[in-house]
Amino acid sequence: MEKRVVFRSRWLPYALVAPQIAVTVVFFFWPAAQAVYYSFLVQDPFGLSSQFVWFRNFTDLFASDSYLESFKVTAVFSLLVAVSGIVISLLLATMADRVTRGALAYRTLLIWPYAVAPAVAGVLWAFLFAPSIGIVTYFLRKLGVDWNWILDPEQAMLLVVIAATWKQVSYNFLFFLAGLQSIPRSLIEAAAIDGATPMRRFWTIVFPLLSPTTFFLLVINIVYAFFDTFGVIDATTQGGPAGATQILVYKVYNDGVKAADLGSSAAQSVVLMFIVVALTVVQFRFVERKVQY
Amino acid sequence: MVENRPWLDFLAHAILLTGVVLVAFPLYVTFVASTLTYDQIVTVPMPLLPGDQLIENYSQVLRAGSTKGSAAPVSTMLLNSLVMAVCIAVGKIAISILSAFAIVYFRFPLRRFFFWMIFVTLMLPIEVRIIPTFKVASDLNLLDTYAGLTLPLIASATATFLFRQFFLTIPDELAEAARMDGAGPLRFFRDVVLPLSKTNVAALFVILFIFGWNQYLWPLLITGSESMYTVVIGIKRMISMGDAANDWNLIMATAMLALLPPALVVVLMQKWFVKGLVETEK
Repeated sequence: MEKRVVFRSRWLPYALVAPQIAVTVVFFFWPAAQAVYYSFLVQDPFGLSSQFVWFRNFTDLFASDSYLESFKVTAVFSLLVAVSGIVISLLLATMADRVTRGALAYRTLLIWPYAVAPAVAGVLWAFLFAPSIGIVTYFLRKLGVDWNWILDPEQAMLLVVIAATWKQVSYNFLFFLAGLQSIPRSLIEAAAIDGATPMRRFWTIVFPLLSPTTFFLLVINIVYAFFDTFGVIDATTQGGPAGATQILVYKVYNDGVKAADLGSSAAQSVVLMFIVVALTVVQFRFVERKVQY
Repeated sequence: MVENRPWLDFLAHAILLTGVVLVAFPLYVTFVASTLTYDQIVTVPMPLLPGDQLIENYSQVLRAGSTKGSAAPVSTMLLNSLVMAVCIAVGKIAISILSAFAIVYFRFPLRRFFFWMIFVTLMLPIEVRIIPTFKVASDLNLLDTYAGLTLPLIASATATFLFRQFFLTIPDELAEAARMDGAGPLRFFRDVVLPLSKTNVAALFVILFIFGWNQYLWPLLITGSESMYTVVIGIKRMISMGDAANDWNLIMATAMLALLPPALVVVLMQKWFVKGLVETEK
């Protein structure tokens, strides 16, 4: 879509886009280009000299068990976060769409976790589940569960999934609620008159009509789990125990900042960029289809 | 409501209430923990009713941080977070409304090229390019400065897209009328486009304020001195030892201070928040 009426000026449009382009070039393109450049180099441990090694950083990466393990961890983590977040928020949104009394109050009480920083969410849940003093740990012990996420890889994963999902439910909830409210009442009423039970109406009318929202949220949640959960991980498990919760973004940080392995970290950044591009393409394909729909 | 099914209404309320309780539980425990003494917190199980240390704990962290971890005062951190969040929100809105205006209301040779340049950045969260961005910031002497905290986070395609979408819906007649009355592009921008964009700006501001306030990885790298910590970083710095050895009562007081401002923004400006959230992502 283009405007029919435009203004004419030789210099003004350039002056108007200049600030954004300047920031974009300095803090996006220049670093991204450097990431690609570094990914072809190997530096000696003191950073004094570097050598051009073509794709060795990449081949090393995909030959390394810890990197492949991190891929697996990321896949499991993001799938768990996305699916549990979507299921819980769809259930809550369907219920919130049904109640007439107190709907606004429920919405208010359900959306505020969106405002909590991922790192703070991590701290809150780490405290609740702290192996020695956590209140939830105490109740779990009473139930006979030996809870210690500092030592147990599966419990560590469960903890970060809970913290990440808790924060994301509010977001999904709002989108599902908006989606539910845009479904024409007449469709539901017609089905009710024909004698369809609420359960049946949900599966044959509501859920199919929500599928664009669900798919959109699936992509957004996976992106969230991939990148925005850095704070959750760093505030709780720091990738441990033994890499059990080391997602890809955390590994980029660990290898680049803590281990100062610039080449490998840069190569990981480049791999991540490809993943982001792929996810974005998927999302835009979908958005375009939705526009026609 | 389509039909009257009392048991279903009951079930709906029950599920919603369970959801509300589960969502609020961590917040409640955090609040309770922030009102207890250290000794009360490390007794297992910790009390689940608020204690009497509310004022002591909060004034302690605001003045002098924690006693075992970082001792930087949280009041400075809150100020840093506020400056950062406001600068990011205002900066993003300012540069993207201008560039969107240029891209929609002008035809110039590099227009498509610029559009794509901005578009591509939609795909690159800062977490991905963190180390080279850090290098650039350090080459530009931006470490430990507000500029370093905010500038790299200011460029974003999302806001530009939102404004572009919105500008495309402004009727052409308005621009035509403005031109006929002899108004130049800047006059048109100030007197027509800006006032029309008010609700979009408000909605975007809420979202971006929360985005800025909650930044973690970037401030973690770029701030070295305690006087530049944001409050989210401050919490992390207070957790220095394993498990029970930390001042959990003070950490939880800081956590409350860190999450209250954005949570209040969400709850009090709910209308703008919902609009901003649902529209920026579509």
